[in-house]
Amino acid sequence: MPTKSTTDRTRDVHEDGGAPINIGHLRRARRERVLSWVMPITLLVVAICLWEFLVRYHEIPKYLIPAPSLIAETLVRDFASLMASSWFTVKLTFLSLALAIVGGVLLGALFALSRPVELSLFPFAVILQVTPVVAIAPLILIYVDSTFAALLICAWIVAFFPILTNTVVGLRSADHNLRDLFTMYRATPWQKLRYLLAPSALPYFMAALRVAGGLALIGAVVAEFVAGTAGQHTGLASRIIESSFRSEIPRMFAALFLVSLLGIVIFLLTSWASHRVLGHWHESEIRREH
Amino acid sequence: MTGDPIIMMNRVSKEFGDVLAVDNMSLSIREGEFVTLLGPSGCGKSTALKMIAGILPLTAGEITISPPKGNAEHDLGFVFQEPTLKPWATVFDNVYLPLRLAGVGRGDGEPRVREALKEVGLSRFARSYPRQLSGGMKMRVSIARALVSRPRILLMDEPFAALDEMTRTKLNNDLMQLSDDHGLTVVFVTHSVFESVYLSTRVIVMAARPGRLVADMPLDASWPRSEDYRTSIEFTEETRRISETLKGTLHADEIDH
Repeated sequence: MPTKSTTDRTRDVHEDGGAPINIGHLRRARRERVLSWVMPITLLVVAICLWEFLVRYHEIPKYLIPAPSLIAETLVRDFASLMASSWFTVKLTFLSLALAIVGGVLLGALFALSRPVELSLFPFAVILQVTPVVAIAPLILIYVDSTFAALLICAWIVAFFPILTNTVVGLRSADHNLRDLFTMYRATPWQKLRYLLAPSALPYFMAALRVAGGLALIGAVVAEFVAGTAGQHTGLASRIIESSFRSEIPRMFAALFLVSLLGIVIFLLTSWASHRVLGHWHESEIRREH
Repeated sequence: MTGDPIIMMNRVSKEFGDVLAVDNMSLSIREGEFVTLLGPSGCGKSTALKMIAGILPLTAGEITISPPKGNAEHDLGFVFQEPTLKPWATVFDNVYLPLRLAGVGRGDGEPRVREALKEVGLSRFARSYPRQLSGGMKMRVSIARALVSRPRILLMDEPFAALDEMTRTKLNNDLMQLSDDHGLTVVFVTHSVFESVYLSTRVIVMAARPGRLVADMPLDASWPRSEDYRTSIEFTEETRRISETLKGTLHADEIDH
């Protein structure tokens, strides 16, 4: 798919040929794009400077609120240990998200194809979803030997449900006239899935992916909290708990910063994926000029 | 101009729950005819069309379509009231759909798709997406898709109802030209008396509750028709004749005073 500029993609063509590109619109679009980055970054820098200033000015002790410079210092000093923990959490989050996608899509497709299967299994999916993961986690930790596998299951339970429900709704959302057309042309079930149902479900799936991405991280962190794991092969949540026990507040902030950063990266990745997949056709991703 | 029977409906009925949508309808359509099913809402004209297309199963009766002599991938083309295009696919891919479903490779299909797009005047828009096109252009894509598999029969369910008058007139003329060029048999559903008189060689008037055939009215004016026909006395006369018939079928509560 060749990428075109936003303006080019959103302009309408008419029977007399393409409409001329409006230079004013182009400029405004570019300005808005730049502003959408510059404004939040400026605000963030200002807030961090203000934080630094207030901590220093009021001489707030570091075990209450550490200055951003101290947090940065801690990040550098404990880089090796924090990176190892980050890598653990990243692995846990992305693996659980991947399994949630596979499980959610397969089960969703099964639900969409067979009403009896949906009626029989859906209540179990709901039970799994509505029971807080914090409440199930201790049991899973007892039953599953490997801590990593137990944490993975917990994170998966949280991330799986939105993918499942949205896949089911998405697969059922195909235009009924297009369905009729596929019937008339005697399409095979596979052709129907490949060329009609799956593309129709994509917007729903991408919306679920954004939610599930965040939930996978929350699941991974919460599960680790419940597990209360310690030692080398543990994630960022364990660093937070550990720092809290030792009253190493700057380290706690550093770990927290990394968790947030991971959350932001996941959000950006899923948003980018959504734009790549839907940007050229779906209303949710098309920027219109007014 | 017209040949052997191509679509035979024999005592066809369709029920939706308790509602009798089509009651005991028999109709024989000959090759090359341009037949309009005309009637008020709920008279079963769209249902009848979808039964011919094989989209809806019949409750009773039978529909026979004479076997094709040549080998087209699909013998039927269908155009809905809405353009019914896949928004995620380009104009090219939308038109290619019937061929793809019939197992025609992209390489073999490409010249056919280009030809179909050329016929509806959209050659330059093969790579556009549906949302970039006007309503009339989308409908042309829909027509190109219906024609790309070289069907003998074109089924159209109020295809121009949502379009403005000028686009509609233009598409009416283009449709007549296309169906004449291809020797198509067209079954066209509409509730516009003017459109039915202008386009068709035969008008089937239907009534509602239950949906049934009430009159079979051939139109003798030479076909395909020119713009002059719209302003001719013959057109006015035929319009009046068919309007009267249609009025006679309406229930008291369906007539606006």
